Amino acid sequence: MSTPSIQPGRDPAVQYLLRLGDFCLIHAQRLGEWCGHAPILEEDIALTNLALDLIGQARALLTRAGQVGHERGAPAAFDEDQLAFLREERDYLNPTLVELPRGDFAFTVLRNAAVATWMRLMWTRLQASRDAELAAIAAKALKESRYHEQHAADWVVRLGDGTPESHRRLQDALDRLWRYTLELFEADAVDEAAAASGLGPRWADLREDWHAAMQALLDEAGVRAPATGSHVTTGRRGVHSEHMGRLLAEMQHLQRAYPGGAW
Amino acid sequence: MSTPTAPTGHDAARNEWPLWEVFVRPKAGLEHKHCGSLHAPDAAMALQLAREVYARRQEGTSLWVVPSSQITASDPGDRDIYFDPMEDKVYRHPTFYALPESVNHM
Repeated sequence: MSTPSIQPGRDPAVQYLLRLGDFCLIHAQRLGEWCGHAPILEEDIALTNLALDLIGQARALLTRAGQVGHERGAPAAFDEDQLAFLREERDYLNPTLVELPRGDFAFTVLRNAAVATWMRLMWTRLQASRDAELAAIAAKALKESRYHEQHAADWVVRLGDGTPESHRRLQDALDRLWRYTLELFEADAVDEAAAASGLGPRWADLREDWHAAMQALLDEAGVRAPATGSHVTTGRRGVHSEHMGRLLAEMQHLQRAYPGGAW
Repeated sequence: MSTPTAPTGHDAARNEWPLWEVFVRPKAGLEHKHCGSLHAPDAAMALQLAREVYARRQEGTSLWVVPSSQITASDPGDRDIYFDPMEDKVYRHPTFYALPESVNHM
């Protein structure tokens, strides 16, 4: 790779923003893989529209992360492209859930529902962030996430309530995906700092509302979440699954090969 | 055909969802206009997909979807008797009045 990587630093406020930004960015990257592959043309457009919404959210969050980093002592303000494309794997802070391969359509819509519900709850709370910029991003993104949630939930119910095959695929997806959701509610020092400064809620604060919403959805779809073990994935601390390297290689390729390239 | 008892007919044969006609209202006060069609399993999903396909560039403020099968269309073979007699009846057009600006969508 020809372009040197950047180091975004370990400031907790920056990490809090990068976690959210990377959550959106990597989720969008996986959704974009459906372009040209969705089961029907209309859903192909729907999934890529959704990915574009998420990229818009990631752009705003990464831009803000770069600004906040600079305000808090980083020598330069990294821009959205540098942050999106020029970090090393260990400096991406998305939860592992969104870097998992896109799987089949059932896995994709179930993950979409899980993420959109989480995002809806997060954006709702972030509207009250002490960071006015972040509050504004949240107000705009909330409408998008509410739609994403509705669209994904609609599919989850249809698949769960559809044919024996669609039901089996949805239950399979749930069995595979559920343990990765533990990470979405882990408490740590980055979260504590954000809660203390008024930047945003602890991820753990969303747990109850998220579980209530997901439980209602899974009940309606007629599938059952498996018991979770004690292992919690660590993507948001920068320690990723085997799938992350390949995803980044594809995502970063153009920017690494043509530094500063723009459309 | 290996399954002679399976439903025939165009949609069933190709295992396709029913067709829906989509209408978009560009802004409040204007009527809904037909903009295209799409396949969807039911009305709720037809609305969501219509939003994705026909309203993603701020085209509208309201959407209707109608099952295409519910539309009764005039027969193209009847075009002469249906429409040609109107050709020479210009007095049926309200073109002899000056319309105020505010009703320019008439």
